[in-house]
Amino acid sequence: MQIPSLKSRIISTLLWIILSVFITSPVYAEQVVVYSARIEQLIKPMFDAFTQRTGIKVRYTTDNEGALMARLQAEGKNTPADMLITVDAGNLWAASQAGLLRPFDSQILKTNIPEHLRAPDDEWFGLSIRARTIIYNTEKVDPADLSTYEDLADPKWKNRLCLRTSKKVYNQSLVAMMIAEHGEAETEKIVKGWVANLATDPLSDDTRAMEFVAAGRCDLTVVNTYYYGRLMQKDPNLPLGIFWPNQKNGGVHINVSGAGLTRYGKNQQAAEALLEFLSSISAQNLFADVNMEYPVNPNIVPDPVVAAWGKFKQNHINLTKAGELQAEAVKLMDRVGYR
Amino acid sequence: MVAGWRLIPYIAATLVIVPIGVVISSLFTSTSDIWQHLIDHTLPLLLINTLWLTLGVLLGTGFLGISLAWLIAIYEFPGRRFFTWALLLPMAIPAYVTAFVALGLFDFTGPVQTALRGWLESDLHGFPEIRGRTGVIIVMTLAFYPYVYLLARNAFVSQGKRSLEVAQSLGFTQRTGFYKVALPMARPWIAGGLMLVLMETLADFGTVAVFNYDTFTTAIYKAWFSLFSLPAASQLASLLVIIVFVIIVLEQHFRARMRYAENRKSPRADRIQLTGKQKWIALSFVMTVWCFAFLLPLLQLLHWAIQSIALGFDLERYLEFLLHSLTLSSLAVLIICTTITMIVYAARRFPGRSMEFAVRTATIGYALPGTVLAIGIFIPLAWLENLLSEWALTLFQLETGLLIQGTIIVMLLAYLIRFMAVSHYPIHGAMQRITPSIEEAAMGMGLYGWTLLRRIHLPVLKSGIFTGATLVFVDVMKEMPITLMTRPFGWDTLAVRVYEMTSEGAWEQAAVPAVTLILAGLLPILFFMRQTEN
Repeated sequence: MQIPSLKSRIISTLLWIILSVFITSPVYAEQVVVYSARIEQLIKPMFDAFTQRTGIKVRYTTDNEGALMARLQAEGKNTPADMLITVDAGNLWAASQAGLLRPFDSQILKTNIPEHLRAPDDEWFGLSIRARTIIYNTEKVDPADLSTYEDLADPKWKNRLCLRTSKKVYNQSLVAMMIAEHGEAETEKIVKGWVANLATDPLSDDTRAMEFVAAGRCDLTVVNTYYYGRLMQKDPNLPLGIFWPNQKNGGVHINVSGAGLTRYGKNQQAAEALLEFLSSISAQNLFADVNMEYPVNPNIVPDPVVAAWGKFKQNHINLTKAGELQAEAVKLMDRVGYR
Repeated sequence: MVAGWRLIPYIAATLVIVPIGVVISSLFTSTSDIWQHLIDHTLPLLLINTLWLTLGVLLGTGFLGISLAWLIAIYEFPGRRFFTWALLLPMAIPAYVTAFVALGLFDFTGPVQTALRGWLESDLHGFPEIRGRTGVIIVMTLAFYPYVYLLARNAFVSQGKRSLEVAQSLGFTQRTGFYKVALPMARPWIAGGLMLVLMETLADFGTVAVFNYDTFTTAIYKAWFSLFSLPAASQLASLLVIIVFVIIVLEQHFRARMRYAENRKSPRADRIQLTGKQKWIALSFVMTVWCFAFLLPLLQLLHWAIQSIALGFDLERYLEFLLHSLTLSSLAVLIICTTITMIVYAARRFPGRSMEFAVRTATIGYALPGTVLAIGIFIPLAWLENLLSEWALTLFQLETGLLIQGTIIVMLLAYLIRFMAVSHYPIHGAMQRITPSIEEAAMGMGLYGWTLLRRIHLPVLKSGIFTGATLVFVDVMKEMPITLMTRPFGWDTLAVRVYEMTSEGAWEQAAVPAVTLILAGLLPILFFMRQTEN
């Protein structure tokens, strides 16, 4: 009595599956396939602009970097992906190390993107800058007291500092770049000082850390600026100020959201065209503005909201270091109990 | 035919062993420097953290699940009919969403503490820290108790009242009747629910990430994705697999010689009417749990969703996400429940040590952290795909492109590997109700194979299958890592949308897909509950 309905259900299931083969595998004359750790909302506008301009279709799938890299590795020569986009340099470095990317010697990219924001071997390129800076409570901190990331280890900030968890790659990159600048022993001392100054356990994200600062649980924190932009857009009355540290030395810690071409991509020319397009003037503004980030091309003016936070000197050490020293940074943070 | 049945559990076990094997394949690669680091600085804390978390959540879900199931199954009080199914609803809310809402409401910046600070004009220094062990345990308990509730209720409804009557006729009070008769009789169901909770707790990444609570799973992620050490991650993961397997074997061992049989469904017994103060105590207990586990998170999400819908909402795309989610969940339910029914039946017809081992192995996929399992499934599939395309190229000069990965078959296979446990426990539990003598009698009348399954077993298994189907449906709806990794281009689901928003910290925007996901999760709960009621 159950059999006929079961049978018909199985048949319809099979039909669905067969149908899905055709639905999901359309063939385009020209296309680029992108694996992206940058989410759909932050890539689609640029892809649409590219398609409009060139007629080349962009297909993409989003996931976290670890999974995308594992996927590229497993697919090997057969991968459908032509391009990998991540939201930090460390993972691009790791993809390059794993032999997943291929170099692309392009004069356009070299002109548009400053040297410290791309791989020396041309395997990956930064497309937007994410500045990680100090945010403070305007009612409790005099910005004149602020100076550097290193100064946050000073006992005067005891019980006044909030930090996001060390498990986030943004903090791993920050510490890695500090190791590149100061060496491991010195950096360990600094990070130990941060931990000693924490007002509460590390928080799960940047927004939350700023909310804690605004509510007075602590006085200052370190976050990526676009989170600050988003939070202030939602509630402009929050007592939060932005401060650019290390202006007399080193510069503000930056990271990039960037891309590399995959070693075994099938649509190499189209992918190269897309990458060059993403570094071009029209795409650069879109790429950065859609998330209140900074364009990598120094000649392009950022979004007015972003520009209002002021100009700053950025750190010029090549971001390859963020990848090379990431594992060291993670271990260092474990050692000093920065969770 | 006979041999065919026998093979099914072994095939299923192989399906699960392959990805686990892939994950732990670098078990013997030397990673002594990373291990030394882990042992010196993180491992002791995570072991203690994981142990406390697991114990706490097991105790919490055990207490809530059993007590709620007992109240609902045995007693009559105002609102009972509503709460019978409403208590399942928290299942539809992903645990990390409950976690985020809980923090949003009760942490330092939340409305509760802010209001308290305002009223008391104090900085609330002694206020307990929400982002701690107790907080995670409470959130997970509220998110996972429905597994125990659903399975225990099933057991109590079918035998609780009668067992209680027997106990009372022997002179036991209601209380001792519960402890001495009803509870032990419901053991396989409760143990099944608790096993699911245990696996879900060990595999959880989202909730502990929101609380920044370090567990075994966070260590695996860190080793793999931050230290870029697959071998170290692999070794940690194999430890996890071994722990779960030992627990499964122990649990199995302790009830190996017990038999649970109920040869006919008891006539629907009248519930015991609670009176006076009792009925209000019962109601407020049930109501409190439900409010914290479901109503509060839902209201908060609705609040956020309305805010973000005001900023713009693409209805057409959401309908597409919804359709994808529902299609995938329905197909997964069909495939998983069919497979598990066949496995349980095969295990029943051909009992033995190796069969038992195969069945246990088939259900272990649920205990592995999602991303780890997803990658473990993906690697052999991609390998197979590459092999196929090479053959096609050399044999037929054919450029095939992606044959398997372009379809949702991969997703469904991966869901099968992950979620077999979820429908196994309820269906296995239901199978225990069929006494061997019934089977013998039926076989004596010449019923075998499919006919035997259909005529004798399926009617009894029905409630177990529906329970399993509900759990699988909702779990697949919520599932993220496998969906993210194996979905063909364009197959974005509601869970994918939730991931995209939360990965950028945009919780308010994540509320829209989250609420849709929860509401869609109500459908199977309502549907299957009606089926089991009838």
